Amino acid sequence: MLETIIENRYTITAVILFTLGFGNLLLHQNLIKKVIAFNIMDASTFLLLATRGFIEGRSAAILTEGGANTGLYVNPIPAGLVLTGIVVSVSVSAFSLALIQRIYRRYGTVDLRELLDAVRKEKV
Amino acid sequence: MPFTHNLPFLCIFLAMAAAILLSVVRNPRLCWNITFFVASASALMSLIFLSAILCEDSAFAYTMGKFPAPFGNEIKAGPLQALFASCFSLVSVLALLGGKKDLFEDADGKKLGLTCVMLNMVLASLLVLTYTNDVFTAYVFIEISTIAACALVMAKDSGETLVATIRYLFMSLLGSGLFLLSLFILYGITGHLLMPQLSQAVAELLSSGVYHLPLLICAASMAAGLGIKSAMFPFHRWLPDAHGSATTCSSAVLSGLVLKGYAVLMITMFIRIFSLDFIRSSGIGAAIFLFGLLGMIAGSIQAIRETHAKRMLAYSSVAQMGYVFMGIGLCSEAGIAAACYQILAHAFAKPLLFSCVGKLSAAAGHDKQLSALRGSAWSCPLAGIGFAAAALSMIGIPLFAGFNAKLFLASASIESPGTILALSVLGLSSVLNAIYYLPALIALWIPKGAEKHSRAHSTDPAFTAASVLLIAGVLVLGIFSSPIMAIIIRGLQLM
Repeated sequence: MLETIIENRYTITAVILFTLGFGNLLLHQNLIKKVIAFNIMDASTFLLLATRGFIEGRSAAILTEGGANTGLYVNPIPAGLVLTGIVVSVSVSAFSLALIQRIYRRYGTVDLRELLDAVRKEKV
Repeated sequence: MPFTHNLPFLCIFLAMAAAILLSVVRNPRLCWNITFFVASASALMSLIFLSAILCEDSAFAYTMGKFPAPFGNEIKAGPLQALFASCFSLVSVLALLGGKKDLFEDADGKKLGLTCVMLNMVLASLLVLTYTNDVFTAYVFIEISTIAACALVMAKDSGETLVATIRYLFMSLLGSGLFLLSLFILYGITGHLLMPQLSQAVAELLSSGVYHLPLLICAASMAAGLGIKSAMFPFHRWLPDAHGSATTCSSAVLSGLVLKGYAVLMITMFIRIFSLDFIRSSGIGAAIFLFGLLGMIAGSIQAIRETHAKRMLAYSSVAQMGYVFMGIGLCSEAGIAAACYQILAHAFAKPLLFSCVGKLSAAAGHDKQLSALRGSAWSCPLAGIGFAAAALSMIGIPLFAGFNAKLFLASASIESPGTILALSVLGLSSVLNAIYYLPALIALWIPKGAEKHSRAHSTDPAFTAASVLLIAGVLVLGIFSSPIMAIIIRGLQLM
């Protein structure tokens, strides 16, 4: 049992982080906290993927002078995917933070419930 | 390789390039013209490609970049993809035309240019979601379409749209997070990202019985993720605000097309990777089927209670997406084909409804309450006729697109175990559709007596062209159902 947990420690951490992020993104009313939760969620998937491609005792797949020996490197594809994923998650975070800033300037709050009330009042 | 095989890539590339180019163009009118040109070119190319691929009667994979499979990236195009691409590009041209006036009023100056950037991005991502053969590319373009769709909601600058956008954004992020997770689990257990290799690996895993639980979780979270993004029933709460408050053109594109992109991707994933047998035997199909049925009822009931015309249409989208999910949930070829037909039918009818409501409410001083729109059809008869055609299609009157979609869904459900449930919900939801569309339609055409509406201020050739073509689309889908269905079925076989 303990051995299984230690063997899968990265996966377990990733799952816990994903659940935390997912739950907070769904349940929290504070918009900034939602953005943080989203980042935790994405980071957990990146952790999961990065550890999938990692092989103990090997180095990053960077081509140096003197040719390549494929036996020495970790799997480079997950690293590439994680990089792309990070770019996507950064742009989404930037977009949502800019949007939250606009909302704050207009309504003076970042609480979703208060915002919905404010919009309802504005309509009436 | 014949030249026509390059057309899908060229459509995608053209839309992406235009989006990048437009971010530095200052002149709003020029921006709109370029967007219009790009969408029309893409529609034209997709139609040429559709006719070419129908003559060839085959599907092919097209390598992107210099690495061949299993490492590189590719797109795969067959008759079904070509049909969807043609429909999506054509409808986005017509949505641009139909919402032109409102777009120029709601988004001024610099914002109009940025809105055009986002429209191009949406078109590009829809095409990629239709054509892609690589799951990671699909993820990247899901996120691009999320950002672009949210920005489209924001194009009209008001407090209401800002809050609607943030809700839409966070729901979408939940969906794409789930999709990303399932994708990485899938990569972890198979080591592939291209669909043909994935499908082979998944088939081997299924026959040997190992990793059954991860595969199940994978398929379930993929379905949930894409379901959240295309407003599957319990996750639809964000939709009415986002689609109801945006400008006409954005609403038409979002409701008519963006929701469909994810549904098309879901169909592709199920058929190409997981196989319909696994989806059916694992119970995921049944869950999607039930959520679809619930959405058909719940969306319509909420639409009945709505007094704001555009929000009513948005809730009706929830119901209409319910039909799509019902078809997918049947997990049979006939069911999926019916879902595809419904996607096409709704893609033409909903933008028509939004354009017409936009036009009619402009005549009524931009008041979108249903009560304010009474009798407004007399001020712009074409918009009234367009609304009538689309509403009849939504209810499912013969000769209109929606009727055929419902007919195919009903006949597909006869072979499934839940026949009685499916048929009764189909009947009930048609009645519910009629309960809110017919009064709205009659109210639009009631003559107002003493205070006559001013006739539309000036003739609007863009709107006229758009509504005539969209009405034609609804009628073509209503009358020539068998050749279109033949293309869909052939496309599904060649998936």
